[in-house]
Amino acid sequence: MARFRALYGSTPLHLIALVASLAITFYTALKIAEYDTAPKIALWLVGAALVHDLVLYPLYTLLGLLAGGNRPRRAVNHVRVPALISGLLFLMFVPLICSLAPGSYEGASGLRPEPYLERWLAITAVLFLASGLLYALRARRGAAS
Amino acid sequence: MGARAALVRPPRARLNARTLLSLARLFPKTPPPGPFRPGFWRSPLRGRWLTSTFAVVLLVGVTLVTITGFLSYAAYNPALGTNDLTPNKGLLGFYLFDWPTKPVWLYQVNQGVHVIGGLVLTPVLLAKLWSVIPKLFSWPPFRSPAQALERLSLLALVGGAVFQFATGFMNIAYWYAFPFSFYPAHLYGAWVFTAGFVVHVAIKLPTMRRALRTRRLVDELRVPLDRTQPEERMDAEDELAPVSPAAATLSRRGLLGLVAGSSAVVFVLTAGQTIGGPLTRSVALLAPRGRSYGDGPNDFQVNKPAAAAGVTAEMGGPSYRLELVAGQDGAVVRELSREDLLGLDQYTYELPIACVEGWSTTQTWTGVRLRDLAVLAGVPSAGEMTAQSLQGAGTFATTTFSADQVDAEKSLLALRVNDADLSLDHGFPARIIIPAGPGVHCTKWVSRMTFVA
Repeated sequence: MARFRALYGSTPLHLIALVASLAITFYTALKIAEYDTAPKIALWLVGAALVHDLVLYPLYTLLGLLAGGNRPRRAVNHVRVPALISGLLFLMFVPLICSLAPGSYEGASGLRPEPYLERWLAITAVLFLASGLLYALRARRGAAS
Repeated sequence: MGARAALVRPPRARLNARTLLSLARLFPKTPPPGPFRPGFWRSPLRGRWLTSTFAVVLLVGVTLVTITGFLSYAAYNPALGTNDLTPNKGLLGFYLFDWPTKPVWLYQVNQGVHVIGGLVLTPVLLAKLWSVIPKLFSWPPFRSPAQALERLSLLALVGGAVFQFATGFMNIAYWYAFPFSFYPAHLYGAWVFTAGFVVHVAIKLPTMRRALRTRRLVDELRVPLDRTQPEERMDAEDELAPVSPAAATLSRRGLLGLVAGSSAVVFVLTAGQTIGGPLTRSVALLAPRGRSYGDGPNDFQVNKPAAAAGVTAEMGGPSYRLELVAGQDGAVVRELSREDLLGLDQYTYELPIACVEGWSTTQTWTGVRLRDLAVLAGVPSAGEMTAQSLQGAGTFATTTFSADQVDAEKSLLALRVNDADLSLDHGFPARIIIPAGPGVHCTKWVSRMTFVA
């Protein structure tokens, strides 16, 4: 047992669980391989694993630094919190906000996707306004105490 | 001569299994500069407690989203006719079963949990990825066979998760920019993810439980920014807590609040398309299908208007006949005009139409029971029924229904909705409404029904 651990780096159960898991993944990969688009599906799957760490993370870190996020000032959070929520909504609903597929949206719903840009802008405005108001209230309370 | 002998038999390091499997020796001891150095990651909020807190939420939430996703596939009754959109699934469809017709809201709730659940969990997933990012740059990248295998399965876990969320967002917004078909890709993506997820939970559960005992959530919620301390490293292998933490710029409760608040915002902005009700619908501003069509009896969510399906008013006009066929490749037994159909016993039920994309709408439908049409076709206890739409081509132009779905009390060929004739966009002259079934199986503009014993 100790010898196994020294060689493998963990318990036999760990090995069994991982082999079982990878077997399912491999079987699924074989099923995907039956499609003509298999290389593209595989590329998207692997790309998806890196998109947060190598694209999104550097992006929001950079934006955070630009907002002065490295200095512990409360005001910074009143900018970056609404900015992050707004950015998240943009990321999740970008096809509607930027009208990336007006044809298929209309083909499915019978409606044009135009209002989503205005709606997202309005939501962003409300988020920043609420955050600003909260900051003003806190600043006033801070000054009073 | 002695020097020569040494050349023939050089002194060699003993190469045994242990040194062979110790992968760390393949990499220089000192990590390259940048993110591979532990000092690079300085956030005082990162640590096993924070990661585990997000993990608990994901463990429950993602499990629900995954199960409802797999159930959604079963809801299409893929064993019947040409219903299966992933016919090469093999063993991966081992769990499939006949989809029930009760309770009528089954598919509505299933898809609501799946889609709204996935949307609401997105901030938690991103926060979890943020919290474990130092592990991607762990050095040496491979230490032991155990760790190498684990990293391979993490690729399936993270790749599968982000792939599923991204293709989900795109599909509900009708942005088909992925270079493959959604149905098989989302099903296979789910299996890649699930394989990684289950084993990850099994391996990390003990660490998670230990980490959660290091702090109490209620206590953390009382700590403001100026008293926020970094998490301590739990052991030598802890790669999450920072070695040289920076000063906090956001409290721990601030970060938890940001994540929970983002989830709440996403919920409010989307859930109305599933829950319904004038208030929730009016604030579902980013729901792809939360919008109003007007106040008339036919003013509710349309899936594929007549124009997009290539169906004209003329096709549903006076010349329209519904053909009832008995048996596969059988002859047409009856041809019914819309007036003939209106002359049959009419039943009225309040039933939801629920889409795979998570939106739903409950309306009052009136029409003929499918079981009565089976009797008219001369196949009173039909084993299955295939409905053909006037729309001709298209994935859901033909759908096959199970014996249970044909026989269910509330399964209708609807002719009217909310006391008015169906509009052309909602399937005039006649459409199928199946209780508890997926919306795309509520075939519109039905032109032919084939009953098979």
